[in-house]
Amino acid sequence: MADFVSGFWNMWVMVLVALSLLFCVFVLASNMKGEKSESGEAKLHGHVWDENLCEYNNPLPRWWMYLFWITIFFAVAYMTVFPGFGNTKGLFGWSSAHGENSQYAREMKAAEEKYGPIFAKYQSQDLQAVAADREAKAMGQRMFLTYCAQCHGSDAKGAKGFPNLADKDWLYGGAPETIKASILEGRQGMMPPFGPAVGAEGAKDLANYVRSLSGLTHDSARAQKGSELFVQNGCVGCHGMDATGNQAIGAPNLTDKIWLYGSSEATVIETVTNGRQGKMPKWKDFLGDAKVHLLAAYVYSLSNK
Amino acid sequence: MAQSKHEFIEKSVGWMIVLTLLTVSVGGLVEIVPLFFQKSTTTPVEGLKPYDALQLAGRDVYVREGCYNCHSQMIRPFRAETERYGHYSVAGEFVYDHPFQWGSKRTGPDLHRVGGRYSDEWHRVHLNNPRDVVPESNMPAFPWLDRPLDTDIGARMAALRKVGVPYTDDQIKAGNDVIKGKTELDAVVAYLQGLGTALKRVQ
Repeated sequence: MADFVSGFWNMWVMVLVALSLLFCVFVLASNMKGEKSESGEAKLHGHVWDENLCEYNNPLPRWWMYLFWITIFFAVAYMTVFPGFGNTKGLFGWSSAHGENSQYAREMKAAEEKYGPIFAKYQSQDLQAVAADREAKAMGQRMFLTYCAQCHGSDAKGAKGFPNLADKDWLYGGAPETIKASILEGRQGMMPPFGPAVGAEGAKDLANYVRSLSGLTHDSARAQKGSELFVQNGCVGCHGMDATGNQAIGAPNLTDKIWLYGSSEATVIETVTNGRQGKMPKWKDFLGDAKVHLLAAYVYSLSNK
Repeated sequence: MAQSKHEFIEKSVGWMIVLTLLTVSVGGLVEIVPLFFQKSTTTPVEGLKPYDALQLAGRDVYVREGCYNCHSQMIRPFRAETERYGHYSVAGEFVYDHPFQWGSKRTGPDLHRVGGRYSDEWHRVHLNNPRDVVPESNMPAFPWLDRPLDTDIGARMAALRKVGVPYTDDQIKAGNDVIKGKTELDAVVAYLQGLGTALKRVQ
């Protein structure tokens, strides 16, 4: 799309293009014939190298010249059919991406006609039904590999700080609709830093207590102190009195053997001291409901085979 | 034999230079110069803001580390690209980029709409060692980025203003304070998280 600030640039492009073409025509036409001497032999070029080495001034081979002529005709035809000669739109109004009839718009429309009904079919089905559908799962997996695998891994088993989606443990709940909500709206974890409140010693006590909950090695005196700090500092507010967490706000269960950031004492101290702000981005605007529906069903199917 | 025009041009160096320059400049005059006089290439898209001081410092690190060697920032208007990356790139998104980082090679994915796609934490882990989050990745690790920024960003902003980026005096003056105490990693993440966010992903 040419949207020049003034008509001058339109003329500028047209005139220069036309002059270039005409010049090429002139050069080609004037080189179609070599100059012949009176006896009919080709003339020498005029250069002399190494005392007596000369060169005939023959024209280029015909087929070669015709190739050049073809480029001229191609240029004229191209600029007639496609936009490019200044502001001209071309015979068929071709455009890469502007307008309803652009190449991009047509490609998108054709895809919508082809794939739209498939997505619509699954979108109208219950998530559990979609999760049981072989074809839907294959579609879901391909999208998962494109959009989700960067954080959750191509096997969906996650990485440090990025949840495993293939197990039965859920931060925000594993019901199909909850999974879909997590993808659509994203999630923002908000474990606050407790370093300032409990200090280095307190953090270590808490870490020992938290490790004791899942039966890991710990110092029982520290764990005892930690259990008091756990209540005093309001950890119970999110993780609950029994430390089994709260899926409504994404507070993890601390009594199981699943650790998002790691279970070593040093890691738990780090978590307590600095907090954690795990973030799942919101996908609603980019992917839309139909794709998320398939993704949610796929993720659900991973732990509900 | 009278001297042919051909021979005249070949033997007069001055004319040779002038005519050669004239010939090779035609392509640029027709294809490049008019781009500076098009609305779509010179008007920023609605909502486009110049990089803030931290993002700009991150952009410098991005250039220094040669990220453009493997990552493009140019989503073409094909369904295969827009499905994966988001809305195709438009010229008006790059008017404050000097120079733009379009790139021409994709060993890694296009980054033009990477802003907001992953969390800051993901970028930190990933830049430090990509294999920690993407085991299949062949991207090199950039563990040294976790060090303080060492740059006079105010001077860079002032230079960019000379070529048309609308930084205010206050922004330029505050530039170095904004990036104080920040690491190169902070800066790169800030830059990446801002990429391509002016235009909505889906229109």
